[in-house]
Amino acid sequence: MSGKPRLHYFNGRGRMEPIRWLLAAAGVEFEESFLEKKEDLTKLQKDGSLLFQQVPMVEIDGMKLVQTRAIANYISTKYNLYGKDLKERVLIDMYVEGMFDLNELFLMYIVQPADKKEEYFANMMNKAENRYFPVFEKVLKDHGKDFLVGNQLSRADVQLLEIILMVEEWKPEIFAKFPLLQSFRARLSNIPAIKKFLQPGSQRKPPSDDDVVDKVMKIFY
Amino acid sequence: MSGKPRLTYLNGRGRMESIRWLLAAAGVEFDEVYLETKEQYDKLIKDGFLLFQQVPLVEIDGMKMVQTRAIMSYIAGKYNLHGKDLKERALIDMYVEGISDLMQMILMFPFSPPDAKEKNLESIKERATNRYFPVFEKVLKQHGQDFLVGNKFSWADVQLMEAILAVEEKLPTVLSGFPQLQVFKTKMSNVPTIKKFLQPGSPRKPPPDAHYVETVLKVFKK
Repeated sequence: MSGKPRLHYFNGRGRMEPIRWLLAAAGVEFEESFLEKKEDLTKLQKDGSLLFQQVPMVEIDGMKLVQTRAIANYISTKYNLYGKDLKERVLIDMYVEGMFDLNELFLMYIVQPADKKEEYFANMMNKAENRYFPVFEKVLKDHGKDFLVGNQLSRADVQLLEIILMVEEWKPEIFAKFPLLQSFRARLSNIPAIKKFLQPGSQRKPPSDDDVVDKVMKIFY
Repeated sequence: MSGKPRLTYLNGRGRMESIRWLLAAAGVEFDEVYLETKEQYDKLIKDGFLLFQQVPLVEIDGMKMVQTRAIMSYIAGKYNLHGKDLKERALIDMYVEGISDLMQMILMFPFSPPDAKEKNLESIKERATNRYFPVFEKVLKQHGQDFLVGNKFSWADVQLMEAILAVEEKLPTVLSGFPQLQVFKTKMSNVPTIKKFLQPGSPRKPPPDAHYVETVLKVFKK
């Protein structure tokens, strides 16, 4: 028992990636157990380790936490990434929930049937470009500060960076319209804990390829 | 300006109902604005009221709050329904998130195509009776207390109560295998603020009907 948090998920981004980002940004080392086949999931379910039979699951501080948001909320509060009071927290929550909605679209993209992929992709990028990024560009413009909320690093910043980098993988030209998001990206990437996470060999996962999709289908469906 | 929170949504349950439950359980009176036309909705967007162009919207404490979970977390925090420390909060969050996954199925149900309705109802039954209700039955059995977390009324209790009633509307005998949940339901019904909310004339909305579905499609049409 190392005392470090242990993450249970498959070896890919999915719903666990925002949690990896948060732990990394908080400078918290963690271990991972990867589900490779259906039996790995079944075993966890039979052990009673998964409250609702689902992953992500994170073993931390003597608890087996499930539900992405519950896990993220706990980590954010524990490591002071959740604002200084209720009003800052609700701003962070509003921003983060918008990002979760966008991330949900990204998650579902890889499992779209081939004939639907193009339209789905266009819709996804349209939302990023017209619904979500303009909001965060404006927030940064209006207060002129380095971080989204309360002039200090929060989970909102970490999650925004994650989303920016994902969209950049798909359609970097979107950012021509968002100069403040570009400078935000550069600034956040230089924070030591985040810089470390962005280097090869970190626990950051690559974009999901067909092998990962196949594995996901076998384990969960 | 009454100083009361003001809710903007359709005149129906949808994603706002859980917020109505929570405010009511906290004993907080609120006003409501109902969206009936696309024009009203477009105007809200044009006026910059909706951060991500979506409702629910709750105007409270000088803020225009959007995103259901952000709103509920704020209300729970403000009215002491979110546990006494981080560990209790994590438990409450896990329970609420699980229930919310079940509620999502109920939310989407009225919009299923007619030939999928039976299958979707079966899925709701399967998830409720095999995945979600057993968890809370066990939690209540193990600690033997009235409330899910910390021996104190919380957001988790309100959310579970709402879910039980919503599932029962579709599957009246669904609690037959869950004696603890039956007792829980009775106890929650007698919490004064909840009792009041369950009475006719309260802000509680009826189950979605064809007119509600029509209004949703009309107001949010692209």
